[in-house]
Amino acid sequence: MSTSDQQVAPRRLAVPESLIGVGLLACAGAVAWQTLAIPVSPLYSKVGPTVFPYLTMVGLVVLSLLLILAALRGGWQPEEERETPTDWKAMGFVVIGLLANLLLIQPLGFTAASVIMFVLVCYGFGSKRTLRDAVLGLILALAAYFGFARALGVNIGAGFIENQLDTVIDAIIGTFGG
Amino acid sequence: METLGHLAHGFSVAFTPVNLLWCLLGTTLGTAIGVLPGLGPALTIALLLPITYQVAPEASFILFAGIYYGAMYGGSTTSILLNTPGESATIVTALEGNKMARSGRGGAALATSAIGSFVAGTIGTMGVAFLAPVVVKFALAFGPAEYFSLMVLAFITVSAVLGSSSVRGLTSLFAGFVIGMIGVDLQTGQPRFTFGMTELLDGVDVIIAAVGLFAVGETLYMASRRYAGKDEIVPLKGSLYMTSAEWGRSWKPWLRGAAIGFPIGAMPAGGAEIPTFLSYAIEKKLSKHKEEFGTVGAIEGVAGPEAANNASAAGVLVPMLTLGLPTSATAAIMLSAFQSYGINPGPLLLTTQGDLVWGLIASLFIANVILVILNLPLIGLWVRLLKIPAPQLYAGILVFATVGTYGISQSPIDLVILYLLGAAGFLMRRFDFPTAPVIIGMILGPLAETQFRRAMTISNGDWSVFYTHKLSLTLLTLAFIGLAGPHIWAFIEHRRRRGPEHVPGDA
Repeated sequence: MSTSDQQVAPRRLAVPESLIGVGLLACAGAVAWQTLAIPVSPLYSKVGPTVFPYLTMVGLVVLSLLLILAALRGGWQPEEERETPTDWKAMGFVVIGLLANLLLIQPLGFTAASVIMFVLVCYGFGSKRTLRDAVLGLILALAAYFGFARALGVNIGAGFIENQLDTVIDAIIGTFGG
Repeated sequence: METLGHLAHGFSVAFTPVNLLWCLLGTTLGTAIGVLPGLGPALTIALLLPITYQVAPEASFILFAGIYYGAMYGGSTTSILLNTPGESATIVTALEGNKMARSGRGGAALATSAIGSFVAGTIGTMGVAFLAPVVVKFALAFGPAEYFSLMVLAFITVSAVLGSSSVRGLTSLFAGFVIGMIGVDLQTGQPRFTFGMTELLDGVDVIIAAVGLFAVGETLYMASRRYAGKDEIVPLKGSLYMTSAEWGRSWKPWLRGAAIGFPIGAMPAGGAEIPTFLSYAIEKKLSKHKEEFGTVGAIEGVAGPEAANNASAAGVLVPMLTLGLPTSATAAIMLSAFQSYGINPGPLLLTTQGDLVWGLIASLFIANVILVILNLPLIGLWVRLLKIPAPQLYAGILVFATVGTYGISQSPIDLVILYLLGAAGFLMRRFDFPTAPVIIGMILGPLAETQFRRAMTISNGDWSVFYTHKLSLTLLTLAFIGLAGPHIWAFIEHRRRRGPEHVPGDA
């Protein structure tokens, strides 16, 4: 716990951390741009809708400068994080799964899009039994659609799978309930 | 004694069969998500927020409170058997608990944590019942200036004082402010930070923010770290019942933990990390079995922190219910549930919504009883949940994330925002930025702004209200000490330590 054993060699600029600092500075810039775009009516000139955005912007600028300073001094990542290589392939499959969901949810409906995402994410995480994952994904998506969404009264937009099932369920209810 | 009357009334609300069912559902769900790594109470309550359009406020808050308490119980199971703390508050439990499990005393560790949680949770809930009316009397004297200063104090404590870095904590908080300001300004009707997109006029839903940061961000992070290796589940060995020696070693730490946890949780600072670490340090110092700490696992090191954790979780409800001041991500999301019912938590809540508040507090007592039953005799069930393989678990979390987000307005734009926030959540997780201040900033930021503008309108634009009012000045001073104090202290320490090291002749 002594301070001396932490100071091995003076570290150089930490690239990822400095990028985060610069990115935050850019965010502060975007905040400034959007704040300037807020039209201020003279009626509210005292404490109008722009006072807090400006305060936030100033805070973000100061914080991003402090982060850049920390990055110049060697960054703040824990040793363990720095030494674990990032699994880009696994992350890539998760990202592809998410994007597939985004692109397919309208044309195919929630269930079909979810199954595709489920399979891709499972594959990314190292599961090799794709067919079993697809079945699991289908069960889970249907459970989410009929259990969760309907119980909560959330409308998540039906696709062809949901419509088919709805017709079947309505028919069953019609036969037995009528 | 007025409180007892209110409590009795609360029990009459909570003991209706329907509300008991909500409580059972909440505690079961809470334990499950507490056990599962990658899911937490904040995310779960966010996903369930649409229920506020369907059922009475009592029912949904009993459900949410059950999830909140249940997650604490479930989280300790994961810490003990898997050594993967589900939440920051259970890091300490993992220290000794996992060592105990490895040396074949997992049963006793689970038992002391469940019973300790029950004891401390009950004491903490009692604390809420008796302290809340007192705080309300005090809070009725608050004007907008005092509220604003109190929120500033809370902002500083949740982001800068707790956690590993004040700069990173404050960065998260300010990011939350920006997200919270997106949309139409309620006082003037001007759109802010919408980048000209009509979809952003309504603002970013708290569901999207919570799901993005906690579900999508977490999944990406776990995917990126597959090379880091996995923790093994320690099989549950030994009896679940504690020997009389173990009881003897547990009950004092439970009470001490509750005594440490509740007051710290009830302060407008919140956070379960400080009380759990504090309790751990105290138990380690007082224990007669110091050699067991860090080796085979000491039962005091599980009993104390677990009790502190649960008591502080109860304490967090005091500022939430009496001042409308959430100090954890879960409390912030519960606050947005109040808003969804058009209820403003604050000093008037206890009188205007007596049924709701006292029913909620009474249900917390019931939840504690249900939870100790769920988590001791039925522990085997939850251990089985731990065996869900990571691929299917995280893929499933993303399916539910999609339901929760896309269900809000069936707009793919919401999914785009979700993924952007998920990417941000990944970076934050990877580079050690705390995520809870984002949610707190996003919910509490606009409330602070409202109080600020109200105060300025009353004072006719005179900034001095914030430091001429004594109470407001005190709160702001405390906030300043919270922000600057640790740095000044570190500087003095640094000078002090440096001094003797450089004495000539030392080498």
